[in-house]
Amino acid sequence: MSEAAGDVTIVETPIHLDFSYTPGVASSRFLRSVEKGQIVGQRCPRCQKVYMPPRGACSMCGVATDEELTLSGKGTVCTFCVTRIPSPGLEAPYVSAWIRLDGADITSMFLIQECDPDEVRLGMRVEAVWVHEADRKPDLGNIKYFRPTGEPDADYDTYKDYV
Amino acid sequence: MAELRRPVAIVSWASFETPNEPARNEVEMLLPVIQEAVGKVGLTQQDIGFTVSGSSDYLQGFPFAFVGALDAVGAWPPIRESHVEMDGAFALYEAVNVLQEEGIDTALVYAFARPSRGELDRTLALQLDPYYVAPLWPDARGLAGLQAQAMKDSGRFGDVPDVPPTYVADGCVAVVLAVGDRARELTDTPVWIRGIDHRIESPSLGVRDLTASPSTKTAGETAGAHDVDAAWLHVPYPHQELVLREALGLDGQPVDSATGPVMVGGLERLAAAAAGIAGGKARRAVAHATSGPCLQQNLVAVLEGASR
Repeated sequence: MSEAAGDVTIVETPIHLDFSYTPGVASSRFLRSVEKGQIVGQRCPRCQKVYMPPRGACSMCGVATDEELTLSGKGTVCTFCVTRIPSPGLEAPYVSAWIRLDGADITSMFLIQECDPDEVRLGMRVEAVWVHEADRKPDLGNIKYFRPTGEPDADYDTYKDYV
Repeated sequence: MAELRRPVAIVSWASFETPNEPARNEVEMLLPVIQEAVGKVGLTQQDIGFTVSGSSDYLQGFPFAFVGALDAVGAWPPIRESHVEMDGAFALYEAVNVLQEEGIDTALVYAFARPSRGELDRTLALQLDPYYVAPLWPDARGLAGLQAQAMKDSGRFGDVPDVPPTYVADGCVAVVLAVGDRARELTDTPVWIRGIDHRIESPSLGVRDLTASPSTKTAGETAGAHDVDAAWLHVPYPHQELVLREALGLDGQPVDSATGPVMVGGLERLAAAAAGIAGGKARRAVAHATSGPCLQQNLVAVLEGASR
């Protein structure tokens, strides 16, 4: 198709819509818990898996997850990545890791700090570092990062399904 | 589809509607409704052969929201699943087709929406022609007003009702379908889908005669919508009932019209018709659903209570 002078080849049609987001009952309770410096998960009554963050339903069984339990805030590194180019707000190198919190059956991604990136390894035991109490909001950003606990590494069998 | 090779029946349904769901998200709203519909006929999600939903991610405001809704279904081990970005009635049409396949005997169809969280009149503008119409952001009520005015100007309809504000409600509906003997096993009152069809008209409002609904008429003829003793119509704005009555050739039969939540209301009409037939209010009825501006897309199903 020729592009004769004057042909319109692009139209811009800006789209803007406003929404108010509702996290839902389960996520609201979770966000209120992190506001208090706690991590609350939910257990599926059918398969017994513990979700963190909880979403109010077990996505595998399709049933409501009503039972809540408070997790310790400690966990195990299941896999990780060292990024050597800076990101907004993050100096390189930095470490992101999938961490299985003790008692949870799914992993969540957090930063790992307070150690050399080269020290991070599978099975490393880590714990949550929270923002100062006065600065806490209903937001997972309350957990600044995870840091090594110094405990011996977790046994491979405890996290092999999450690597 | 005029004739179904494998007869399909509506065997169960459940629904929920509220003006403004305050705290629960879509999944939390859907879970009990799906479980009620599936549980009423003694099934679990694992027994369902095909699952399909109707909804619009634009209402929720984030992409792949319909995939997130699968949390309410339990998609493990992996299930046969599909979705239409339309009213759930059109998802039911897909399910009826899939049930024509040997080996798939049951289907779950659901629809959900929480438009109270956004600006429905504006959101619906995104289903319009993206070059010449959507950039003008015509609100849905305004387009319905054009249709009502065209009807008044035609002089064909007598009193044409005024166009109220676009109906906003949150809700969901779930319908279970089953084939032949499986349907008879699951319930004493299967409601058979004798025919079902849907048709679409031009997206360009200017080329349509907004006072008529040829898509409803054709869908009705293909579905075999004659000799019915009641009708359940999906009517987003009251004046549209007049157009639909004419297109379906309704002549004095009782008509149950409702709007329902966007994306949900059409499938709810099929469920309501099934409830009416199962409850003895009608023997053979027509159920209708619409999607799009000014009745752009229309689905017609003919439902019957007698066993086959």
